[in-house]
Amino acid sequence: MKSKTVSLVRRRDFLGGVFSAGALVLCARVVDSAAAAAATNEGATWQPSVYLGLEPDGRVIIVAHRSEMGTGIRTALPMVVADELDADWKRVTIQQAIGDKKYGDQNTDGSESIRRFYEPMRVAGATARTMLEGAAAAKWSVPAAECQAKNHEVIHAKTNRRVGYGDLVPLAAKQLVPAKESLRFKSPAEYRYVGKNVPITDIDGIVTGRAGFGMDARVPGMVYASIERPPVFGGKLKTCDDSEARKVTGVSQIVTVPPFKPPHGFQPVGGVAVIANNTWAAMEGRKKLKVSWETGNNAGYDSAAYKKVLQETARQASKVSRNEGDVDAAFRNAAKVHEAEYYVPHLAHASMEPPVAVAEFKDGKVTAWAPTQNPQAVQDTVAQAVGIKPQDVTCHVTLLGGGFGRKSKPDYVAEAAILSKQVNRPVKVVWSREDDIRFDFYHAVAAMYLKAATDQKGRPTAWLQRSVFPPIGSIGDVSARYGTFELQMGWIDFPYDVANFRAECGPAEAKVRIGWLRSVANIPHAFGVQSFIDELAAAAGRDRVEYLLDILGKARQIDLRPPAGRNGPDPYVFDVGRLRRVLEIAAERSGWAKKKPGNGRALGIAIHRSFFSYAASVVEVEVADGKVRIPRVDMVLDAGKVIHPERVRAQLEGAAVFGTSLALMGEITAANGQIAQANFHNYPVARMTEAPVETHVHIVPSDAPPAGVGEPGVPPIAPAICNAIFAATGKRIRELPVKRQLA
Amino acid sequence: MIRLTVNGVMKQYDGDPAMPLLWYLRDLLELTGTKFGCGAGLCGACTVHLDGKAIRSCQTAMSGAAGKRVTTIEGLSVGGDHPLQNSWRTVNVPQCGYCQSGQIMQAAALLAEKPKPTDREIEGAMQGNICRCGTYERIRQAIKLVAGVKA
Repeated sequence: MKSKTVSLVRRRDFLGGVFSAGALVLCARVVDSAAAAAATNEGATWQPSVYLGLEPDGRVIIVAHRSEMGTGIRTALPMVVADELDADWKRVTIQQAIGDKKYGDQNTDGSESIRRFYEPMRVAGATARTMLEGAAAAKWSVPAAECQAKNHEVIHAKTNRRVGYGDLVPLAAKQLVPAKESLRFKSPAEYRYVGKNVPITDIDGIVTGRAGFGMDARVPGMVYASIERPPVFGGKLKTCDDSEARKVTGVSQIVTVPPFKPPHGFQPVGGVAVIANNTWAAMEGRKKLKVSWETGNNAGYDSAAYKKVLQETARQASKVSRNEGDVDAAFRNAAKVHEAEYYVPHLAHASMEPPVAVAEFKDGKVTAWAPTQNPQAVQDTVAQAVGIKPQDVTCHVTLLGGGFGRKSKPDYVAEAAILSKQVNRPVKVVWSREDDIRFDFYHAVAAMYLKAATDQKGRPTAWLQRSVFPPIGSIGDVSARYGTFELQMGWIDFPYDVANFRAECGPAEAKVRIGWLRSVANIPHAFGVQSFIDELAAAAGRDRVEYLLDILGKARQIDLRPPAGRNGPDPYVFDVGRLRRVLEIAAERSGWAKKKPGNGRALGIAIHRSFFSYAASVVEVEVADGKVRIPRVDMVLDAGKVIHPERVRAQLEGAAVFGTSLALMGEITAANGQIAQANFHNYPVARMTEAPVETHVHIVPSDAPPAGVGEPGVPPIAPAICNAIFAATGKRIRELPVKRQLA
Repeated sequence: MIRLTVNGVMKQYDGDPAMPLLWYLRDLLELTGTKFGCGAGLCGACTVHLDGKAIRSCQTAMSGAAGKRVTTIEGLSVGGDHPLQNSWRTVNVPQCGYCQSGQIMQAAALLAEKPKPTDREIEGAMQGNICRCGTYERIRQAIKLVAGVKA
């Protein structure tokens, strides 16, 4: 059975009784290289990743094991299964999985749900369909090849007989599981759902207010908690006078959350929790606490001084991340040299639903309900926090009111579990917006230095780029100073045809919790590289599109894997031809050649590949009285094969707004170790009039393997906006956000 | 004792009159369609109707709701088929969906007052409602679809 990609199992209590006893349950198993290695090491079996159940009454149950935070993944992956199964979508029930390693990776980030699970999902669907056809053939004693599954029935055309899937369940369960190699997959012409506009699973719940977000979770006997946390990262409670807090009606207890033990990981930062019989009473009680803190090592953190340190570091030679040719010699002999520095501040995620969780500690086990991107991390983090085993933590995943990477880190769920253990009741921890902004895992501030030598045509002959930022690795290793995977995000994966190239990374010490935010280090890196290219083109007096195409060079494939890792073709090789193509389409769709700057209005362009997808953005800005308006954005994405084009368009529309927020107004600063922003008045995000008025999305048709969608639209937006501002006003923006720089 | 109607049902409340309507709806009545987003009247996620007008329930004390009619997203229509709820479906507005109750309630109050709003009027009414997923363009479309004005 182990050698099979899909195995048939019959168990009553999968998912705690979701399926009836008679259900045919398919357990598709998938293993990626990392998991395979782990399995070998631990002698464990392969990790199943997806479950599909067929009930005798004809219901098809598809388990969504990835988290829904607005991408439509709870619809798109089940569509793949249902399509290959040829199921009637109206008879499909989607069941959200709890956190469990048997599903494989559940951390819904990295724009990888479709990329990693398209194949296992269609294998699951095709396997079930094949077994249903086999069951019908057995029932009618005809060759299986004459039986065809169609829309929840198997049909024998010759004799005009048909039987519903539900009726076939007992027989299908006795069929041998076909080998993956023997499966026939649908051709795109046969698709019933893939590539179509299927309404999202949760649409009715959302528009009627009945959809269940983490904020809406409630269990009997639950109490509410609001936590006062140390204002400086690494700070500890010194004294707490809670006498006034206890007098607030509804407040029942005041409980301490212990400080974390370094390295931080995803632990809570500690603090004092006010427990009450409703959210408001807990928040009111908290206001009455008189707390003093030991501020710890980061009390001197001042983001303005820190910025200068990062910028100075970026001017010094640093650790080499990639080196081609001889940059130094080329600079010595260059006719013309250009230099520029760029800066992107810390950013907060600010999902509309602040962190929130319900947890119940009972009999040495924890049950949690949380809007989490990563229920398995909830198991690990909660287990560590309350001293139990991860398998004794059950994490129910609610809908997420936005995530953007913040909700991969389950500190807020651990808080609920710690408190529940102390008060012996289920506890709901509700973060205020101020808590969310001040205790985030921040997108890393980055300072960049870029230098290029150019020939007579303005084409770069040598290119040096240096990036300095506190690494995400610092949450797991307090001594971490250099980025690792961040450098694969738009820094060493440099596709331009420049003979001499060096990418470097300088050291930076983290002063706050660093985390990933929608498209991560691609944000600063695309901003730096795409702005610098625009500067070089401007210096040469060349059209940006023509210049970009010139320096990209001819369509070719760049294998970015280290030589030792180049075993066989890379399905996600860097294909410069695809990047050229999105650029050309964006230029065409936006009317690039026809629209000339004037009256404060102009276009800007940027391209970027991330999460294996190729993106180009043309942004039209209108600058008046120091304010930027964005009448139009054109987004082109080549994400390989696309499952739900309508949701892909939605993601790109959203990416344009997200990118606009960080370009124009996003900024987290600190003084005396404390975050200066607190709510939407001083951490603004784009509202209706600030967002692009129209976003036109073009998806490049492709049969290439599916790549990322949720994030790749974000990186090109900020540089495209700033390049447009330059074209409109002559003002070059080298530091984000634009904010007051045009006043 | 504070008396009010919530979605057509008479209610009595004898707790702290300073409690925001938001938490009364969510924690006491379990009407969780109205969302907590900022607690400061900055994001619009908590928008409900008070005597037909869109208000921020996080900034409205229970004392201010006394004797008034409160309508939440759950009570906007009987069958979940208010024209805006339908147009939200048609245009596939939501992404994560968290802010959408507030968006729909804000838009419903706008259309009740101005059935055919101009672009400027739509922006004026909706500017206080944040959508971090960035569904603004579709919100605008969905409102115009109901208003029957050119998108």
